[in-house]
Amino acid sequence: MIARIAFALAVVLIVAVSIGPLGYAVVTSLETGSALFTPGLWPDAPTVANYAAVFAEQPFARNILNSILVAGGVVVLSLALAVTAAYALARVEFRGRGLLLGTVLSVSMFPQVAVLSGMFLLIRSLGLYNSLPGLGLSYLMLTLPFTVWMLTTFVRQIPKDLEEAAIMDGAGPLTIIGRVFLPVLWPALVSTGLLAFIVAWNEFLFALTFTLTAETRTVPVAIALISGASAHELPWGRIMAASVIVTVPMVVLVLVFQRWIVSGLTAGAVKG
Amino acid sequence: MALVLLCVAAWPLGRTIWLGFTDASLAGAGDAAFIGWENYYAVFGGQAFGVLADPQWWRSVGNTLVFTVASVSLETVLGVLVALVLHQRFPGRAWVRAAVLVPWAIPTVVSAKMWAWMLNDQFGVVNAALEGMGLIDAPLAWTADPLLSMVAVIGVDVWKTTPFMALLVLAALEMLPRDIYEAARVDGIHPVRVFFRVTLPLIRPALVVAIVFRTLDALRVFDLVYVLTANSPATMTMSVYARRELIDFQSAGTGSAAATLVFLIIALAAALILTAGRLRGREAGP
Repeated sequence: MIARIAFALAVVLIVAVSIGPLGYAVVTSLETGSALFTPGLWPDAPTVANYAAVFAEQPFARNILNSILVAGGVVVLSLALAVTAAYALARVEFRGRGLLLGTVLSVSMFPQVAVLSGMFLLIRSLGLYNSLPGLGLSYLMLTLPFTVWMLTTFVRQIPKDLEEAAIMDGAGPLTIIGRVFLPVLWPALVSTGLLAFIVAWNEFLFALTFTLTAETRTVPVAIALISGASAHELPWGRIMAASVIVTVPMVVLVLVFQRWIVSGLTAGAVKG
Repeated sequence: MALVLLCVAAWPLGRTIWLGFTDASLAGAGDAAFIGWENYYAVFGGQAFGVLADPQWWRSVGNTLVFTVASVSLETVLGVLVALVLHQRFPGRAWVRAAVLVPWAIPTVVSAKMWAWMLNDQFGVVNAALEGMGLIDAPLAWTADPLLSMVAVIGVDVWKTTPFMALLVLAALEMLPRDIYEAARVDGIHPVRVFFRVTLPLIRPALVVAIVFRTLDALRVFDLVYVLTANSPATMTMSVYARRELIDFQSAGTGSAAATLVFLIIALAAALILTAGRLRGREAGP
């Protein structure tokens, strides 16, 4: 009996610690004025003023759109590149295949800061500084290694008979990828794409460094740079409102696609 | 794909390493001159200059190591505990599992801001709760005090990344054969003993992979520290240091030198961990 109660307490504690902070952020985002500065667990006079202010005082809608465009573009590009690469790495026999795969994986261990100045010069020489395509380009370094890695492990699990039948019928590599692999591979594409989306959506260092104006900022940078009248007076209500706006879709996304994400994470890691 | 990776990974890395040997500034990097090791270490008129002579660099290395060891070990222990709880059958398990994923789903910048607010010294709910319980007499300056800010940074990181650890461990737990546990139960072996003698060795491969991922991630930590405590020397990590040199001080040379060192340290850590893992794996093997 005691063991049961202890277990139930552990479960309650885990849930409370996991979702408590987000809940408190929601509470804070509904408070203004002095209510903000009296720590309480429930807003006395709930108001959506902070939410309105977030959009009124900075181009937050534009920031959200930027994040969606960059993350979406990065997902499409890295999946397209990774599917073809995964096909080659998993199926085509060539010299140095293991080495290439190892190199790809090692790129995912690159500290971002190590490529920061080089990437800055690359983006500037392409004329993409302070633009969304420039940011998207730099994100490929973050997403490609693990999308290639994960998709390669998934392609390896596909039985070879499938494509052998297609080859018999005279299909080329691109037809095989398009007609045979994609239909079987779509759950893998969903989980890999979601992880790539999350990575691009949450990225901060590149976004902070490669953008300059409020109109090109992505959401994390916009939130980090929200400031008040003075440095010591941060508008916490507004910051929390902005945080809730960008977090709730992510949480919903992750919860809806829970199984895919977990299978993607474990496929990427356990076989690594 | 290889070509794209070459462009967006290898080339910038090469440029960074090269810039580390020049006196470039990001504003006019075109006319940079090669100056050898001066960004790393040089002596002018009896005084040492360069990254390696900067006490703040060494403090950043120390901070990063403390952060990495503390947060990864806490995450591992907590992650295994959470995974063990989630592995049991109980009503509402699917919901609890979903709730655990929430911290992982929150963007790092947002979780840093959320915690910065909760840890606010005057109006934060954490201080209010601790005072209410009578644990502290005066509010604590979580993000300003040198020691406490490191505790805060580690705490927030543990909160944010324990779900990742728990998920990987849980996936490993679910692949374990159930009959071993039946046998252990029939023999009346204490569950704690079963955990250390049976479960832990069996999930070790997955655990090692998770720890490697997290360690390499923690060594390059940037956004959490930067948003929670800005450029504070008490928590400054290697990545924050390199970015400060590079962007805030507009010194592409020393910044790139520091960034190159970060890269080398992480590569070294990766090599060490992988070799150690391989050796241990061999010992434990048949």
